[in-house]
Amino acid sequence: MLEIENLHVRYGAIHALRGVSLEVRSGEIAALIGANGAGKSTLLKAVSGLIRPSEGRMRFAGTQELGRLASCELVRQGISMVPEGRAIFSNLTVIENLEVGAYLRRDSEVKKDREWIWELFPRLRDRQRQSAATLSGGEQQMLAIGRALMSRPRLLLLDEPSLGLAPLMVQTIFRTIRQINGKGASILLVEQNAHMALQVAHRGYVLQTGEMVLSGTGPELMETEQVKRFYLGEA
Amino acid sequence: MKVFWQNNMALLVVLLVVAAAGFGFQRHLDPYYYKILVDVGIAIILVVSLNLINGITGQFSLGHAGFMAVGAYASAALSVLAAGPWLNGLALGGAQKMVVEFVALGVIVIVGGVAAALAGFVVGMPALRLRGDYLAIATLGFGEIIRIVFQNTEQLGGARGISIPPPRSDFTGVYVCAVLCVAFIWRLVHSVKGKSFFAIREDEFAAATVGIDTTKYKVIAFVLGSFFAGVAGALFAHSATGYITPAQFDAVKSIELVVMVVLGGLGSISGSIIAAAALTLLPEILRGFAEYRLVVYSLLLVLVMLTRPQGLMGMKEIKLPWHRQPYQHKPVA
Ligand SMILES: Nc1ncnc2c1ncn2[C@@H]1O[C@H](COP(=O)(O)OP(=O)(O)O)[C@@H](O)[C@H]1O
Ligand SMILES: [Mg+2]
Repeated sequence: MLEIENLHVRYGAIHALRGVSLEVRSGEIAALIGANGAGKSTLLKAVSGLIRPSEGRMRFAGTQELGRLASCELVRQGISMVPEGRAIFSNLTVIENLEVGAYLRRDSEVKKDREWIWELFPRLRDRQRQSAATLSGGEQQMLAIGRALMSRPRLLLLDEPSLGLAPLMVQTIFRTIRQINGKGASILLVEQNAHMALQVAHRGYVLQTGEMVLSGTGPELMETEQVKRFYLGEA
Repeated sequence: MKVFWQNNMALLVVLLVVAAAGFGFQRHLDPYYYKILVDVGIAIILVVSLNLINGITGQFSLGHAGFMAVGAYASAALSVLAAGPWLNGLALGGAQKMVVEFVALGVIVIVGGVAAALAGFVVGMPALRLRGDYLAIATLGFGEIIRIVFQNTEQLGGARGISIPPPRSDFTGVYVCAVLCVAFIWRLVHSVKGKSFFAIREDEFAAATVGIDTTKYKVIAFVLGSFFAGVAGALFAHSATGYITPAQFDAVKSIELVVMVVLGGLGSISGSIIAAAALTLLPEILRGFAEYRLVVYSLLLVLVMLTRPQGLMGMKEIKLPWHRQPYQHKPVA
């Protein structure tokens, strides 16, 4: 679904990604873990066209070359991102947030997809006329995910969806990620919560200061010394 | 066709009422109050259009007076060089004169608007691609530069200013423009795609992730806002005084307009209308206080901002019954 080869991103003098390669196969969940400042968000922004890589190739759905396309074109192609830190539209209502999420669509199934979001997150249905600012942190994260789903992505990019949420809410979010994947969307999941992420992921990658240091299936990665020590907090 | 009437019936009625009121006011209202009413109408156009940029789309323009100046001087040039002499040559009278002058004013106002919109595009295009405060700096600079340019253009009167021949922007002309401006911006931002403006204001980055071409919408808001600033400038130039000087369009004027937008509520069109009316009327009401006028005025502003930091209306709107639903260009099947 998504193949990244030798990706480099620079912010002026800062070389944030140094030749990163990664693959998200069709129908799979890939997890990208790494510490703060490793370059995870940078990678997602590059994939969704919000920053331009200085080097490297990104291919989507087998043929489509990314990297030169504008972000609105990428959404149209089926790539949708849930940005870090619940970037919802706080002064719009819940339902308006979802409407804006369907911004590029003209088909008649928008309503049906909204029903699906209500099924995934019944709490949002109850609060649909409230302004998004009044939602709790977890509900805002649900809304951000719901909004991204409204564009019917084939590839969903999630940037630290569990950040700052209560354990129970984290469970809910990860259960939903599985459900969304079950509906056929491929997912690239960025997380610091390596334990949860590697449990749901088919494939995992570890990013360290801009370089990919490890990759493998979820269980494989959980067994490596490095992951155990630095990301799972085991001695 | 039926839908067109449904959507525009109210607008047409309002326009007819405005025309009738204008007719009545011209004959029966004291010229002093008449002038204030016209000033209020022009202020409404300026503040609502600036709200589209600063409030609804969340950008920060500090040069609205500059775009007003472009509209004022472009329309002045047109009137002095062409429209004025031509109208004079026709030597019309009575109803015929009224109609021809009204149409001429329409053309002049559109020319002023288009000139300002072009200036807005040239200034906004590079500044809006970048995030942050570039727009504030660019527009502030533009406002000052354009004022100095007019100050030094002797053909347009230079610093002394320029006198402008009829047609005059009377109550009817000003309020027809104000109603059209408000209706146009209201429909734009309450249309289905119009939520994009609010989305950009709320979180530009997130707006991009749902596929909104943020630069495009920012430029649309800015160019449209500048267009209406130009319209207001043209109306101002052709108001009863018929005389403009570059000093009338300085940075203080731009800041006054920003104050009105903030006071009314960033993002609230009805708030902008109320604030434009209130802050235009207030100095007149305070005339009795003579030298304390500015002090009282500032104190009132501070008081409002302390008690209602979100502005008089916040983001809320006073909605008419037929505005409860989002505006639809086509009937929902
Ligand atoms: N807009 C930016 N300008 C300059 N440097 C940036 C910018 N965004 C991120 N960086 C730097 O790039 C590196 C990677 O950041 P980021 O991708 O946000 O990491 P992560 O998401 O893994 O925490 C960090 O060193 C960060 O300081
Ligand atoms: Mg990050």
